[in-house]
Amino acid sequence: MTALDTTFLPTARERRAHGVQAVVRTGFLAITLLLLVPVLGILAVLVIEGAPAMTPSFFLDKPQKLGAAGGIWPALVGTVWMTGVALVVALPLGVAAAIYLSEYARDTWLTRLINLAIVNLAGVPSIVHALFGVGAFVHFLHFGESILAAGCTLAVMTLPVVIVATRESLQAVPRSFRDACWSMGATRWQTIRHIVLPNSISGILTGLILVVCRAVGETAPIMFTGAVFLRLVPPETVFDRSMALSFHLYTVSTQVTNVPRAIPFAVALTLILVVLSMNAIAIAFRMKLRGRKKW
Amino acid sequence: MNTTPAATRPRQDLEAIAAGLDRRAANWWSDRVARWLVTAGGVSAILFIAGIFVFIGSQGFEFAWNRLSITELLFGERWEPTANPPSYGAFSLLAGTAWITVVAMIVAVPLSFCAAIFVGEFARGRAREWLKILIELLAAIPSVVWGVIGLQVMGPWIQHLFGLQSGLNVLNAGIILGLMAAPIMTTIAEDALKAVPDSYREAAESLGASRWQVVRRVVLPHARPGLSAAVLLGIGRAFGETIAVLMASGHRLMAPGSVFDPAATITATIAAELGEAAVDSDHYQVLFVLGLVLFLITFTINLIADRIVRGRRRP
Repeated sequence: MTALDTTFLPTARERRAHGVQAVVRTGFLAITLLLLVPVLGILAVLVIEGAPAMTPSFFLDKPQKLGAAGGIWPALVGTVWMTGVALVVALPLGVAAAIYLSEYARDTWLTRLINLAIVNLAGVPSIVHALFGVGAFVHFLHFGESILAAGCTLAVMTLPVVIVATRESLQAVPRSFRDACWSMGATRWQTIRHIVLPNSISGILTGLILVVCRAVGETAPIMFTGAVFLRLVPPETVFDRSMALSFHLYTVSTQVTNVPRAIPFAVALTLILVVLSMNAIAIAFRMKLRGRKKW
Repeated sequence: MNTTPAATRPRQDLEAIAAGLDRRAANWWSDRVARWLVTAGGVSAILFIAGIFVFIGSQGFEFAWNRLSITELLFGERWEPTANPPSYGAFSLLAGTAWITVVAMIVAVPLSFCAAIFVGEFARGRAREWLKILIELLAAIPSVVWGVIGLQVMGPWIQHLFGLQSGLNVLNAGIILGLMAAPIMTTIAEDALKAVPDSYREAAESLGASRWQVVRRVVLPHARPGLSAAVLLGIGRAFGETIAVLMASGHRLMAPGSVFDPAATITATIAAELGEAAVDSDHYQVLFVLGLVLFLITFTINLIADRIVRGRRRP
């Protein structure tokens, strides 16, 4: 062996470092899987236990025996109502706030305060949102316990989600687009309306989907603001109280006795399917967008 | 050509000019209005956070000030708000919250950090994309579904595995909360790793360091503030979780002595008792005081975490 060959051979030290690295890498992979596998296993349990009970009549029938038998139709309708109210309130407010932060705001005390508020709003426990909903919407604004109050509570809770998703997509629109539009004599709002918003619509849709996800899944904020244990008629106005899917799942698994094992699993599976499919759509949106970005 | 005085121009021309001016005025106004509306949207976030503080504070403050001793609230062992005379000792709730949060962090910190390091530093290409998507989907599972998992799946397992009377205890709730907090902590920790400049990694690698040596000696020390922010936010998450804890912890109003004891948390107590408390009664108000305590603690945690993350981004 020439001197040159031995120079490029790994030393014992390097070989050891490599061995350690291989072990560490496998270890990290194993732990990452440890995070994922139990959850996938649990999802499998949900599917196995819950899927047989998910017949068409399960979705379209009223609950019987306090939810221990029958279907979930009123709860489904109620969840759609509450989510709708949450969207109607949170989306315009959130998009407006995001436009302000991304297009108008300079680094002033107000902007910093708004950012701080968003961070904290996102971190407030859901039960605290519930207390706020009871105090502000149910009693102070006299909405009573209603879909309106529950939807508004959900809207306040999901506001940061809309703001963050929209702001990110607004900021992804290149500055040169705006410059070009301004130099044509367009006002700031015309630029936003015709250039910035159309180019960031996917981010806004992602925000919308994420709001739906959160609103469908949350239980604590609606428990005391509008969701009821049992109400067999689907709601007719936003001032009605109503059943909701997540709260129904809570009651059939903790409050009602002699519930067949399949029922909570089937309701949980319904919830998961709604939430995961919505999220998958949001992720697909994002990937597709990243793939065909024009700039 | 354009030297004709306005008075001699044809009438249509003048109208066109006037219409143009009108349109510009209209645009100016719509710009103004849009600006105000959009600013109002931004300010609404501040109003909501202030509203939360004011509404919860106003319900609880008078009671907390006049009729509640803070020492009793913090150190009293007996939480019996409906007894006569009532007793408002939230120590057992605080202890339950602390126990469950600690167990959750013992579960979540290693899982999420290892996952973040693997996804951020080792995994490549397609595997990395899929792992990220899976972790993101995990974060979307609703808390009430986690509660059902704790109640129906984990509960029986723990009961059989350790030969207990009931599987609903600190351990169960802690594991559930840990699994719930892990995905979001993974995302934040991975962001912290990503914020370490690539030139640092390249410099270390050019000196012959292996990937793991780079991670351990260069990336991790540099990402430490971001990682601690991830832990803080995870604690905030575990601390504020309500329904899953209520379902998985067994909800017994006594300070737990070990991980196999059932426990009650602040959040779960509010959720369990608010429905029964008459509006504006003492019981109702003391629950708002608990809410205020929760709000202030999570507010502080979020502020500190935000400081850390922002402080890192600036240089």
